[in-house]
Amino acid sequence: MGAGQNTKAKAEQVTIMRSQLGRVRGAGSAHAGSHHWKAERVTAIALVPLTVWFVIAVLSHLGAEQQAIAAWVAQPLNAALLLALIAMNFHHMHLGLQVVWEDYIHNIPRREAAILATRGACLLLGLLAVVAVLKLAAAAH
Amino acid sequence: MVELTLPKNSKVGRGRTFPKPEGATRTKEFRIYRWNPDDGRNPVIDTYTLDLDRVGPMVLDALIYIKNEVDPTLTFRRSCREGICGSCAMNIDGGNTLACLKPTAEVKAAVTIYPLPHMPVIKDLVPDLSTAYAQLQSIQPWLQADSPAPPDGERLQSREERAKLDGMWECILCYCCTTACPSYWWNGDKYLGPATLLAAYRWIADSRDENTGARLDALEDPFKLYRCHTIMNCTQTCPKGLNPAKAIQEIKQMIVERQG
Repeated sequence: MGAGQNTKAKAEQVTIMRSQLGRVRGAGSAHAGSHHWKAERVTAIALVPLTVWFVIAVLSHLGAEQQAIAAWVAQPLNAALLLALIAMNFHHMHLGLQVVWEDYIHNIPRREAAILATRGACLLLGLLAVVAVLKLAAAAH
Repeated sequence: MVELTLPKNSKVGRGRTFPKPEGATRTKEFRIYRWNPDDGRNPVIDTYTLDLDRVGPMVLDALIYIKNEVDPTLTFRRSCREGICGSCAMNIDGGNTLACLKPTAEVKAAVTIYPLPHMPVIKDLVPDLSTAYAQLQSIQPWLQADSPAPPDGERLQSREERAKLDGMWECILCYCCTTACPSYWWNGDKYLGPATLLAAYRWIADSRDENTGARLDALEDPFKLYRCHTIMNCTQTCPKGLNPAKAIQEIKQMIVERQG
């Protein structure tokens, strides 16, 4: 709490002669961010019914045989909803984590590395989940 | 990365304790942040005990009493003492507010007073707001219209159009909200902050302004606008009871809506 950064202000007065307005304007507006913001909210809204459906589905299959689960997953609507749940989940996770890195990592190369690594991890984990669903569906007689 | 602790030279120590007033029946302790750029020492908290029967009701009255009667070295900004100039914005009892509008009686324990958080300090309770002022300037807070004003008078608004500015024109630019915002603490060099975004929306919402599109263009940026995560500290702390978070939400909404 409180104020702080006393010498930082002092040092800035000496080393940076660019005007405050010039510094604040920087490289200007990126004309971006709105799609990210909207996608974050759309995926969140989509996840509400999908997650409720998924939790109910899992609870209603407690103790079921693997074959019963596979048969359930193999039904086209269930498979589609499962894939939608996976897509929305990992897309939302990627969008949200990117915001966290942007907030807290101020070193730009490190921030970009974190964002790319997150994107790769979300993509791979999502694909793994998709393959698992397809494999389970294919295992049904 | 984020600074979770204060830098070494900003760690706050214990300062002087001034003697209690003699013969006082109702006293109150004030613990005030002190930092002097000239002595090369870390900031400290000085403790003053005041006789409430000799001091006015507001925290600003206490500060003025201390400066006049106890310790003339105490440095703070103040001007109108009635909540309209925004000069005496500071962190009182853990929240940003105007010292002139904050009754001392509202604070149960000792009254702690710090400068506005996470800004460079000039001296004692005086923060350096020059970046925040430049950010306000960057959004061009003045009327922009290509249509010439009527030759015989001012540009007119209907009552409904004028009503859209309510809740925004009242902003006195004290920056209590901006300096209460964690997003501004972490990215204050790029994120414009609630006070400036409220001022931006005040002109976006003005029926007489013809530059809405360019204003939205200038704001549509991951850092200038979208660092706002609707934390709501701004709205909670505003000493004028305004809602900067809502104004920011309106800007985001307009940018999405114009995409069809």
